Amino acid sequence: MTKETQWPLWEVFLQKKFGVPFEHAGNVHAPDKEMALQNARDVYSRRNEATCIWVVPSEAIASSSPEDAGSFFDPANDKIYRHPNFYKTPGASFE
Amino acid sequence: MNQQELEKKFQDRIDKGEIIEPKDWMPEQYRKQLIRMMSQHAHSEVVGMLPEGNWITRAPSLRRKAVLLAKVQDEGGHGLYIYSGAETLDISREEMVGEFLSGKAKYSSIFNYPTLSWADMGAIGWLVDGAAIVNQTALAKCSYGPYARAMVRICKEENFHHKQGYEILATLMKGTKEQREMAQDSVSRFWWPSLMMFGPHDKDSPHSSDLLRWKVKLFSNDTLRQRFIDRTIPQAENIGIEIPDPALKWNEETRHYEHGEIDWNEFKNVISGRGICNKERMKARRKAHEDGAWVREAAEAYAQKKVSKAVAV
Amino acid sequence: MMDTNHNKNLFDYCLRIADTSLVLGQRLGEWCGHAPILEEDIALTNISLDLIGQARMLLEYAGQVEGKGRTEDDLAYFRGEREFRNLLLAEQPNGDFGQTIMRQFLLSTYQYYFFTGLTKSSDTTLSALAEKSVKEVAYHVRHSSEWVKRLGSGTPESHQRMMNAVDELWMYTGDLFDADQTDAELTAAGIGVDLSQVKLQWENKVNEIFAEATLPVPQNIYFIKGSREGKHTEHLGHLLAEMQSLARAFPGAGW
Repeated sequence: MTKETQWPLWEVFLQKKFGVPFEHAGNVHAPDKEMALQNARDVYSRRNEATCIWVVPSEAIASSSPEDAGSFFDPANDKIYRHPNFYKTPGASFE
Repeated sequence: MNQQELEKKFQDRIDKGEIIEPKDWMPEQYRKQLIRMMSQHAHSEVVGMLPEGNWITRAPSLRRKAVLLAKVQDEGGHGLYIYSGAETLDISREEMVGEFLSGKAKYSSIFNYPTLSWADMGAIGWLVDGAAIVNQTALAKCSYGPYARAMVRICKEENFHHKQGYEILATLMKGTKEQREMAQDSVSRFWWPSLMMFGPHDKDSPHSSDLLRWKVKLFSNDTLRQRFIDRTIPQAENIGIEIPDPALKWNEETRHYEHGEIDWNEFKNVISGRGICNKERMKARRKAHEDGAWVREAAEAYAQKKVSKAVAV
Repeated sequence: MMDTNHNKNLFDYCLRIADTSLVLGQRLGEWCGHAPILEEDIALTNISLDLIGQARMLLEYAGQVEGKGRTEDDLAYFRGEREFRNLLLAEQPNGDFGQTIMRQFLLSTYQYYFFTGLTKSSDTTLSALAEKSVKEVAYHVRHSSEWVKRLGSGTPESHQRMMNAVDELWMYTGDLFDADQTDAELTAAGIGVDLSQVKLQWENKVNEIFAEATLPVPQNIYFIKGSREGKHTEHLGHLLAEMQSLARAFPGAGW
């Protein structure tokens, strides 16, 4: 009996139109990157959903953990001066 | 935080309608129940390819052949999306498939009924996928993010399955006498099994209370079954198909249809492996898996050779 | 007004292309639900869908060329095996996954160069169909050739299985390029494709992929031909019996 394998896992990112950011679509199993691309194409763009596909080995992805959320993201909350509507520009047009 | 506090905090999040993501803390039972439900759901999609796959080579027109192929292919895709969601719960597809092939994990009993005529492609799309949509629309709002997102995607695709099934039956009902009989026979065979897809009555459903508390399930089995019946009867009347339930009647007060009692004996028999096609279905899946072992192995060996070659350079 | 001989030739030519796609698509449909891994179920079905799509367009056009009002379904479901014009390779059984992939690679490569040639056809319907099809087939070549490489040089078992597949199928590859009078006349008229060109391109590609897959290219093989006269292997009859059974049981019925 041969060794049981369903191949490694790859995360799939689709670009839905030229020029827009890639979005995570799901994952596929594949033995290598060429097959991962093909599988991603067949599984996630059966209805013409993509103009470009990225595949990344799932194990290569690092994620912040939910416990980090406070220290990672809260400090950005009070930096309102990073947003353009923080500033008063009486009368002038910036369009 | 101790276990009790963690569980309390988890339940608070659920009650507030928050979505649980893979890396969040969750009770072990929540994880286990989700694995059970999601893997069962995924296995069902994959086994579900077989009864309809049975008619791909015999589809009576090229248009119908293409539609059926695309539909059965979607079932495979749906199985894949759900496996993919379940894999975020620290279980591999190897393990899930292993449990399925060993007979330990279950799949939906509906696929243990045979497809005996072309009309069954209609009845499955209309009734079985119709029931699945009711279930899955509810699951699309469940508390576990990856499951909910898979359901959103699936529901979008499943609508075409439902409609193509209805179209098949509508066409047959406008056809020759034999075609009408074929359609009626098929609906008569698939009606009750479709109602069984929602599971036992609420009072007999062993996992329901936890699942409802955790918002993995948002509605009880009976509620969803009723929703399906109310939605389906007018569609049946529209094409002149008879529902094989003499007790079926509209209740003006409740604004719902009342139906006759489901044969739970049959349900239990099919679930415990005594359906007409249980053995066939498992045999087919095991054969595909075993026949494919050399292919999966060769592809992996090739990938490893490429890697070691690249390292050597 | 075209002369009837020309129309008969063109009708026949369309059937050759259409039937090859149809029969191959039908074969791949047999895999649905039984592939080595879920991802491959989906991939093979995609290829099958492309092929059936090609067949439908070409059969519809064939019906118009013939001018007797036959539809795509009349042509697919109500012709017998001697009237089918698909290449012999397309009707060969699936065998194991290796044999299916080998058949796919040999045929998709042929179709790729054939459709590329056909995009230049002076028949604008055919050239438009070819434009669409060549993109689909380019993917089929990519998919199947990647598999041929992996299975050819993956494990000793997979290598042996691919050798068996070549052994099983190679004798039907001569049929791909067995040009007859119809081919000659339509090529001369700027409508058809010069098969001697396709043959050279096909051989180059096959040699390249076989080398990567560590598979020897067979030499001095006796070729079995006959598709252009509807002389098939016994496999086609069974394939059609299954495919046509329901449609023929209810002649005239709508579905």
